[in-house]
Amino acid sequence: MVIYGVALLALCSLVGLVIGEALGALLGVKANVGGVGFAMVLLIFITGWLGRRGRFKPLSSGGIAFWSGMYIPIVVAMAAQQNVVGAIKGGPLAFLAGTLGVVLSFAMVPLIARIGRPKREEKP
Amino acid sequence: MIDLLQQALIKNGLLAAFAVVGGLIWFSYFLSDRFTHGRIHGSAIAVFAGLVLAYVGGVVMGGKNGIADVPIFAGIGLLGGAMLRDFAIVATAYGASFDDLKKSGLPVVIALFAGVVVSFVCGAAVAAAFGYRDAVSIATIGAGAVTYIVGPVTGAALGATSEVMALSIAAGLIKAILVMIATPLIAKSIGLDNPHTAMIYGGTLGTNSGVAAGLAATDPKLVPYGVMAATFYTGLGCLLGPSVLYLATRFIFPL
Repeated sequence: MVIYGVALLALCSLVGLVIGEALGALLGVKANVGGVGFAMVLLIFITGWLGRRGRFKPLSSGGIAFWSGMYIPIVVAMAAQQNVVGAIKGGPLAFLAGTLGVVLSFAMVPLIARIGRPKREEKP
Repeated sequence: MIDLLQQALIKNGLLAAFAVVGGLIWFSYFLSDRFTHGRIHGSAIAVFAGLVLAYVGGVVMGGKNGIADVPIFAGIGLLGGAMLRDFAIVATAYGASFDDLKKSGLPVVIALFAGVVVSFVCGAAVAAAFGYRDAVSIATIGAGAVTYIVGPVTGAALGATSEVMALSIAAGLIKAILVMIATPLIAKSIGLDNPHTAMIYGGTLGTNSGVAAGLAATDPKLVPYGVMAATFYTGLGCLLGPSVLYLATRFIFPL
């Protein structure tokens, strides 16, 4: 049933967020430390484990797939409630911050790809 | 009549938000198809349109919550609020498998870490250069340079101001749009013509919509490889951003 997927997703999210809160408290950081990340890892492991045992039916996974598909709309809604007027005063900052990383990342691709590249078949 | 409609929209805020965001996304994909031939991904246009709405809302209402400050659009505040945001982001991890990542081996893991850290450092350095001195703001902007999801997730976890959050999302958006446009242009010069490099590329650049659209415009066959690696990027960013990277930032800027 669809609710099983949604419930599992909710459970993973809650557990992850609680771990994040606990880790934050432990580190003395007034923050949720990596809660969303932990929740993701949890979800991957549990759905993988259930899937291998054939216990995760397509309808249940539909409950997760729906929310996965909703993430772009949710990000759009999130963008729509940001303080853009305030941000625009910082103009070039956002542009530079975004661009610099992309340029360096592109430059790194061929360097990292050289590590462990599968034996190349010479093209005739 | 208008009063009636207004009441209905306010009472059913979340439904109104679904309809508004759905329409916005439909229009964005239409623009993407018709005017950019899919080169600029519809989702990037939609997020940009969301920021434009937030700007309009901010100018009209003078508040800090963008369009959500307009009563009939208050539901957007719930749809894009922290709870559903985290919920949907966790859901995107579904379908990613550690086995697939393992197959491509160590280089993709290196690419993921290198991509996240380098993007974060670039964003953080720019933030510091522009005069920010508190670790929370610097880390949030750095995280925004990772992806436009890692930015707000980090900012929300650290308690950044909405203004810094918007800057951070803007940085991530610029990254996504740039990746979409630049990928097909420079694919050849970075050797992006095989699954292995596609995974490295997806792992290094990592911005989901950017990678998906960039690869689709380069060679559709490479899309699943790049996106598979990129799936882990935002997760890794969400894990490192508010934790290790923030702590490292606080070490340098102890405010």
